[in-house]
Amino acid sequence: MDLKGKKITVHDMCLRDGMHPKRHQITVDEMVTISKAMDDAGVPLIEVTHGDGLGGSSVNYGFPAASDEEYLTAVCKEMKNAKISALLLPGIGTVDHLKMAVDCGISTIRVATHCTEADVSEQHLSMAKSIDNLDTVGFLMMAHMIEAEELVVQLKMMEDFGANCVYITDSAGYMLPDDVTSRIALARAELKPETELGFHGHHNMAMGVANSVAAVAAGANRIDGSLAGLGAGAGNTPLEVFVAVCDRMGIETGIDTFKAMDIAEDLIVPMMDHMVRVDRDALTLGYAGVYSSFLLFAKRSAEKYNLSTRDILVELGRRRTVGGQEDMIEDLALDMAKAQGTL
Amino acid sequence: MSNRIKAAIIGPGNIGTDLLMKAQRSEVIEPVWMVGVDAESPGLARAAELGLKTTAEGVEGMLPTMRDDGVQICFDATSAYVHAENSRKVNEQGAVMIDLTPAAIGPFCVPPVNLVDAVAKKAMNVNMVTCGGQATIPLVAAVSRIQEVVYGEIVATVSSKSAGPGTRKNIDEFTRTTAKGIEVCGGAHSGKAIIVINPAEPPLIMRDTVHCLTQETPNQEAIIESVHAMIKEVQQYVPGYTLKNGPVFDGKRVSIYMEVEGLGDFLPKYAGNLDIMTAAGLRTAEMYAEEMLAGRFVPAAG
Repeated sequence: MDLKGKKITVHDMCLRDGMHPKRHQITVDEMVTISKAMDDAGVPLIEVTHGDGLGGSSVNYGFPAASDEEYLTAVCKEMKNAKISALLLPGIGTVDHLKMAVDCGISTIRVATHCTEADVSEQHLSMAKSIDNLDTVGFLMMAHMIEAEELVVQLKMMEDFGANCVYITDSAGYMLPDDVTSRIALARAELKPETELGFHGHHNMAMGVANSVAAVAAGANRIDGSLAGLGAGAGNTPLEVFVAVCDRMGIETGIDTFKAMDIAEDLIVPMMDHMVRVDRDALTLGYAGVYSSFLLFAKRSAEKYNLSTRDILVELGRRRTVGGQEDMIEDLALDMAKAQGTL
Repeated sequence: MSNRIKAAIIGPGNIGTDLLMKAQRSEVIEPVWMVGVDAESPGLARAAELGLKTTAEGVEGMLPTMRDDGVQICFDATSAYVHAENSRKVNEQGAVMIDLTPAAIGPFCVPPVNLVDAVAKKAMNVNMVTCGGQATIPLVAAVSRIQEVVYGEIVATVSSKSAGPGTRKNIDEFTRTTAKGIEVCGGAHSGKAIIVINPAEPPLIMRDTVHCLTQETPNQEAIIESVHAMIKEVQQYVPGYTLKNGPVFDGKRVSIYMEVEGLGDFLPKYAGNLDIMTAAGLRTAEMYAEEMLAGRFVPAAG
């Protein structure tokens, strides 16, 4: 495939999706240091929020080391060229959080819903659209759960509400390159030509880079990655690897590959609480089609109730749980422990 | 059965129709009016078949005769946008308004927690918070009546099919209003609400998780007893209100896992989120009706 000269925007996730493996404990200082290094490396767009988006601070998802407002204020003012984005999941955060994030200086808001529920984003996308120069993005999670035709209906809904860019999000790291190609290609054909199209991958089946390349080839122009892959499950598409591949293919990202590698190695890896990699449980997420941020919750419940993490994850997949249902995990573990007679 | 307080239902949609079916079984409420805005509405036709007076002219269509028809209680099952006007108009005609929209212009009412207070205060407008609020606030209150709850958080998971266009368009109203209800009625110092919509087939039954963080170490025995007693209270009007797991105690965290199955009157059983609203609304109306029948409360225009 010849993608030489194609320009794309790479969006870093390690300070938002990366909050999951860090149990939302990345400090303000760490955020500032890492985002400044990324700015210097030419990363154009960096997401900074609680792992579950604005307002995610909760018992259910975890209380962060600092508030969204503290993180965003500290990071935004340090950026020379990079822009900052925030994530918002309707049902968790509200337009009040959106306004707060805009006041802190974000330039992109991403409104995320489950892939079949785009209509809950109307309030937030239309509000975002009304704010001058705010890059407004719709983000459909767990996009492997429906076929391309159905997905496009939902993407168009977000486009109608005011999104100038829409995303196909492989929250479970379940998709294989053909799954990405069919979805991105149909979306590209059906959306307005001026609407940007993005792909967000997880590396649970080690397909992050391959899927992202497939997305670019099929017409996506925004790709999410994360330095050293710091993100939920086995992490996101490792940004420095993807950028290196883009260099070799002649895809233009504007990011300094060696600097990206150095940040990953020198700043991100030492910060990890555990090695973010395709271990047995992360692989199960991808294999069973389970929301990646369930990983640590399932591990904790497995330990507490003497169960197998893999059994819990497989059952969560079988029940077709969606993003945000972290509360289901302890409930399910209790049921499983009762059933095996250990509770 | 002759001594029943006459009531009007505004909004002949799924909620209004389910409410009508429940109200017809009531010993103290007699539904006499169904108010809509669309002459083609199947809900209006259904109500007319059941012998109710109907109008497709909105509340205006009922106003000229509602006093003569003896309407003393109205339910609003429309939307937050039109509620304030509806409420003002029926209050002027001397009827109490029970608000099933998230408008929340009147005091919150969660029957087993504060219905007695609301009725004692003779409020002319009471608000039923939200479906998630009705399903969870009783349990926050069950913990906070034992000891200080510094933080109450609820997660309501509903099936995609049971989340109507109103909820979807105004999902922020759900999170805001429920969070406020957790504080005001639930007794938590601060509240947070999360709603998750799940499209799985067959549709999942409404699930609710309640997390409370207590000031001091939880008094486990007292909390368990209080939670079980509260669940029995709610079961009086929602028999499918079921404790799945918990209370789980983890440090100062108390977590309770619930499932809410509806009665399946007009709405399907999995839509426990909608059922608990209509059931709570009717329960509230019945309490008002009992006060009216006993002559202790004569609603006045104003």
